[in-house]
Amino acid sequence: MTQKITLNVNGKNHTVDADPDMPLLYALRNDIGLNNPHFGCGLAQCGACTVHVDGVAIRSCITPVSSVGKGKVVTLAGLGTPEKPHPLQTAYVEEQVPQCGYCINGWIMTAAAFLAKKKKPSEAEIKTALEGIKCRCGTHVSILKAVKRAAAMMG
Amino acid sequence: MTKMEKPTTISRRAVLMGTGALVVSVGAPLGLDVLLGMNNALAQGTKPPLTPDQLSSYIAVNANGTVSAFFGKMDMGHGLFVAVGQIVAEELDVPFKAVKVYMGDTANSVNQGGASGSTGLQLGGKQMRMAAAEARRVLVDMAAEKLGVPADQLTVSNGVVKTIAPRGAMPKSVSYADLIGGKYFNVQLEWNKAYGNTLYAPGKAKPKDPKDHKIVGKPIKREDVAPKVFCQEDFCTDIKVPGMVHGRMIRPAVAGSVPVKVDESSIKDIPGAKVVWQQGFLGVVADKEWDAIRAMEKLKVEWSKVEPPFPNQAALYDHIRKAPVRKRAEEGKLAGNVDEAFKTAAKVIEAEYEWPFQSHACMGPACALVEIKDGKVNCWTGSQKSHFVQNGLSAQLGVPLENVHVIWQTGPGSYGRSDADDCAADAAALAKAVGKPVRLQYTRDQGTGWDPKGPASIHRARAAIDAQGNVIAYDFLSKGFSRVDVDTNGSKLFDTLAGQTQGVTLKSGDGFGVPAESYEFANKKTAWETIPPLLDRSSPLRSSHLRDPVGPQIHFASESFMDEVAAALNVDPIEFRLRYVKEPRDIAVIKAAAQKFGWDTRPSPRKGQTGAKVSGRGIAYSQRNGTRVAVIAQVDIDRATGKIFAKRFTVAHDCGQIINPDGLEKCIEGNIIQGISRTLWEEVKFDNKKVTSVDWISYPILDITETPEKIDFVLINHPEIPPSGAGEPSIRPIAAAIANAIFDATGVRIRRVPFSPDRVKAALS
Repeated sequence: MTQKITLNVNGKNHTVDADPDMPLLYALRNDIGLNNPHFGCGLAQCGACTVHVDGVAIRSCITPVSSVGKGKVVTLAGLGTPEKPHPLQTAYVEEQVPQCGYCINGWIMTAAAFLAKKKKPSEAEIKTALEGIKCRCGTHVSILKAVKRAAAMMG
Repeated sequence: MTKMEKPTTISRRAVLMGTGALVVSVGAPLGLDVLLGMNNALAQGTKPPLTPDQLSSYIAVNANGTVSAFFGKMDMGHGLFVAVGQIVAEELDVPFKAVKVYMGDTANSVNQGGASGSTGLQLGGKQMRMAAAEARRVLVDMAAEKLGVPADQLTVSNGVVKTIAPRGAMPKSVSYADLIGGKYFNVQLEWNKAYGNTLYAPGKAKPKDPKDHKIVGKPIKREDVAPKVFCQEDFCTDIKVPGMVHGRMIRPAVAGSVPVKVDESSIKDIPGAKVVWQQGFLGVVADKEWDAIRAMEKLKVEWSKVEPPFPNQAALYDHIRKAPVRKRAEEGKLAGNVDEAFKTAAKVIEAEYEWPFQSHACMGPACALVEIKDGKVNCWTGSQKSHFVQNGLSAQLGVPLENVHVIWQTGPGSYGRSDADDCAADAAALAKAVGKPVRLQYTRDQGTGWDPKGPASIHRARAAIDAQGNVIAYDFLSKGFSRVDVDTNGSKLFDTLAGQTQGVTLKSGDGFGVPAESYEFANKKTAWETIPPLLDRSSPLRSSHLRDPVGPQIHFASESFMDEVAAALNVDPIEFRLRYVKEPRDIAVIKAAAQKFGWDTRPSPRKGQTGAKVSGRGIAYSQRNGTRVAVIAQVDIDRATGKIFAKRFTVAHDCGQIINPDGLEKCIEGNIIQGISRTLWEEVKFDNKKVTSVDWISYPILDITETPEKIDFVLINHPEIPPSGAGEPSIRPIAAAIANAIFDATGVRIRRVPFSPDRVKAALS
């Protein structure tokens, strides 16, 4: 059975009528119309669906929509805009990171949550923070360059 | 929908703008009527047919002077459209920013083969270069008529044609926009009547001499990165149309099994859920995506009992060894009489190598949207061969080709004949059955478990050595599953799961390959043999093209073997190669890589390393359709765990003329990382019933924590040699370079990929 669930996404409230067990990903993509988190695996193994809930990077593909409660959801589109980009978005453009680009949400959203808490991380700390996220095109080298660049920008 | 301007909009505008008569300058040598007639023959408001012999099929000058280039290939993330834009801007003498490249839309481009064989620039770019050059020639001719000046006294800059005026005099000028803006070229090209990669249709113009290039060769950035990081650009997974429903497919737990009983009542509680069951084809649709997923999971299906179709994984290579040969071919540069030469050998070196099935394992499983409306079909797909999908859907749905519109939209990776083509055909079957547009997305286990696989193979090499330590004969044979068990695209129903599950007559193709190098031995034979597929229909182990099809496996073997021979002769691996490699550009990449790396000349293995952690370096080199690559890998090995860290790479790369060095570097970087991944981790696991590699745990790829510390590039530019492609060549020698580095570090030769920790540990113990 469906129920009405109100979600705060990128600063706005949205009410969706959904199965409480439905993963947040489908509410974001289909009910709220935000295409930025992607379906990659549905198993929390790849990161393509990553969003923030209250600043914590979570995998929306396995997070029941009913579990979000009053948590503030931020997607990649809510992280920054061309006019007011997040340093990671700037760094991604500067370093020309993506190839197909389908993995972007995993890296940027996870790195953004990490860099918000950890100033001046070492390369080893960055790698550990990003462990397990997938990029199939093999842009690993550029991803690390971009995260280091963003970390430097964030002081 | 995407925020990018759709070319169809441009077409409509072009028609609207295309009615203005040309202004004739004073002193024109021809009468107005003649001139108008002539110009109308070149430019017109109605679009000529979208055929390969029409200039307008490739190039249009818009009313505002910008240029649209219509490309029948597409970018797989390497910035190909930037390079094509550079080529078009260069030949037309317009600013780079004035050119927009539209890719892979069957409504405005001709079939140039899609993304295929690293031919984006080699063949696709060549055609765009010729078309742009011809467009410039025609425009200058039009300007000559308009300005009343011979064409050879005109010059073009920033899309404006000017007279070459004496010092102090005002030149006469006319812009491309004034000449033809908003109208179509109506210029015939000399088409070779081929479609696909080999399509070629030059005009009368000669392209520029490379020494005059100003835009080609520049490191121009991709403009699609910002839209991607700001979520302004749609992937094929993001497209929605009114009235659309969501589809999911259901695959059998035992490969080859088909549904015999489907209990639709098991999903009756799910709103809008419907079953589509046609012979072996089984899918569900629902209005909401989550409901389609629930229906897929809940539907009760009874499957036919079949014999387990596969050998157990441990028996795979024995199966290949014993399997009947379906086709054999000797290819490459053959020399002398190998068998006779071996009889005279003082020493024979032999080895056998093994390569597993590998998956495209795209970042996301395939997705396609098919809409059938008023006898017309629209399909949005991430397939890297949209024009072939158009052919396939036309045949599958019985709709004339011109009524099938396939739109390529960036997918979640591709890397060859991935699951994308099957998905488009499955979506079409669902859409036809339910009478609504269907967006079909596969599941992760279908994406990894059911995509066409890179073929598994074994490779036997032997070398005959004379008493002086010279190689007098070389014999190399690959035996494996075909690279075209299913073909490289979805144009034929029998090559798709939709066709195979619905019983079409099969036609499995045969193809493999031989090492691409320039070793000259007095006696040399390189050959391949293909074997039948393990299961002939709807097999999750059907084989097809995976990035650099069969290249990594063949060159893992051939370049490992060259190292083995060098080691057996106690010769440095580079010195050994340089004794026999004969083509100057090949020698140049090997030497360039060695110099950049700081190679110390000595035989492998390295001596005097003790302790748990050892390191080594290895080289491998190969050609690919004109491109030459030498790679040196430096690896660390933890002997206790068997874990390999591919720490540093030096790549020397010669693909002829470099169009965009930054794009080229990024492209090579991806090849190296994916190459390390395929070498160290990737192996499709299966049992006798099914593929068991179904996610990122059971099909691991290279993790970010394993990123090499450093990649050095030597990009050798040959402006005088047309570009020969970079999308795949540098993945080719990676496995052998790593294997050779492991040997250098440990003295142990690993002849089976992947070099997973367990396997390495076992090999070292």
